[in-house]
Amino acid sequence: MFRNQYDTDVTTWSPAGRLFQVEYAMEAVKQGSAAIGLRSKTHVVLACVNKSNSELSSHQKKIFKVDDHIGVAIAGLTADGRVLSRYMRSECINYSYTYESPLPVGRLVVQLADKAQVCTQRSWKRPYGVGLLVAGLDESGAHLYYNCPSGNYFEYQAFAIGSRSQAAKTYLERRFQNFNDSSREDLIKDALVATRESLQGDKLRSSVCTVAVVGVGEPFHILDQETVQRLIDTFEIVKEEEGPLAEPEQATEQAAPTDQGGAENQGGSPMDI
Amino acid sequence: MERVADSQRTLYPYVTGTSVVAIKYKDGILMAADMGGSYGSTLRYKSVERIKPIGKHSLLGASGEISDFQEILRYLDELILYDNMWDDGNSLGPKEVHNYLTRVMYNRRNKFNPLWNALVLGGIKNGQKYLGMVNMIGINFEDNHVATGLGNHLTRPILRDEWHENLTFEEGVKLLEKCMRVLLYRDRSAVNKIQISKITDEGATLFPPFSLKTYWEFSSFKNPTAGAEGSW
Repeated sequence: MFRNQYDTDVTTWSPAGRLFQVEYAMEAVKQGSAAIGLRSKTHVVLACVNKSNSELSSHQKKIFKVDDHIGVAIAGLTADGRVLSRYMRSECINYSYTYESPLPVGRLVVQLADKAQVCTQRSWKRPYGVGLLVAGLDESGAHLYYNCPSGNYFEYQAFAIGSRSQAAKTYLERRFQNFNDSSREDLIKDALVATRESLQGDKLRSSVCTVAVVGVGEPFHILDQETVQRLIDTFEIVKEEEGPLAEPEQATEQAAPTDQGGAENQGGSPMDI
Repeated sequence: MERVADSQRTLYPYVTGTSVVAIKYKDGILMAADMGGSYGSTLRYKSVERIKPIGKHSLLGASGEISDFQEILRYLDELILYDNMWDDGNSLGPKEVHNYLTRVMYNRRNKFNPLWNALVLGGIKNGQKYLGMVNMIGINFEDNHVATGLGNHLTRPILRDEWHENLTFEEGVKLLEKCMRVLLYRDRSAVNKIQISKITDEGATLFPPFSLKTYWEFSSFKNPTAGAEGSW
């Protein structure tokens, strides 16, 4: 009786001016496990939470290397994410075949967004149900973009997508102003802390997260599990041992409140059409 | 059998330009070429521009079929236009353009429909100098000094002796003039109307055409076949 009349077709508008199918696709991004990205002037770090469907299965890969200078972290339908990363890989390879130089990150992101947009405007297609954090390095420096199913894309200093990503976003919003001058190690540390935030109580272990880095003189690569565990141990990012870590966090917290409003606007918008 | 007249391919070049010589110098790249266009061995055209700036960072010089060069320029105009349309601060540098041209040239030769040219691509981007060559079958390389056609035989030995990394603009021009003079004397299709151009971080400059001073009164010029038995 009260069935939504306007959500059976991607291209049909609701009287309120909304495209429900596109919004459902954005919802799929929120269902996926969290992915986090943050960048400095020279490095970008991606991190994600690995969730397995059952005790008996392994988790699905959520971070993909696209090229030496580009990588993505996904949240949402993994299958769609892999289709899109395959597309990005092939674009990068074609570009370097023709020009023998790396494809500028911003251009790849626009092409990807255009591809996603077409799916929102064709009756026989469906939007991709995946959000991508695209990390890359090019002539103009390090970049972090978020591509969503609606065909929108945004550039960020730091961002988090996926389930329970709000906690990570809050953490990043509190600290993002320092990221631009962060060292590689500090970025990874912040990525791990943000990841822990989105675990909501679960213990941060290398088995439940993946971290990847790209930066000046460092091609995109996924850190192996031992390295990640070692980093977790050295940074003491464990809930019980908040002590040593809490202090620097509190120091930055004091400066934060004035800018909180601006930061919130930056974080919240793309999802809420 | 297919008649030659039916073919859309360049089986033989019609109007051709001769050598292009280019060198790296202190601030960028210098390139020189004459302005002759030969119809077979007839010097048919006297004001053909064979050096063109490509985008912000590159300079292209061409010898060989002039119409094919014009086709290449059309490709490059489109390439640079599309590059500018991104309007994102990225731009194709000389290395990218050179590689693109290599792909175009090799692709056309694989279709047995080559663009009948030898191209010189020089440029500078972010202080990084670049100088390379591609020919009609896609052979390509980079070097500190390059020359196409007869220039490769007649001027490269001079450049090997006299070129060094810190040539000033004046020294560079002088060296290129020396090369062009040798070519003018020994290359029958060279003409005495020469264009020199430079590209630096500030951009490309094409200087107005000029003529070289020549001296034809050497005795070996007056009677070139003396002592060459069996020739006319």
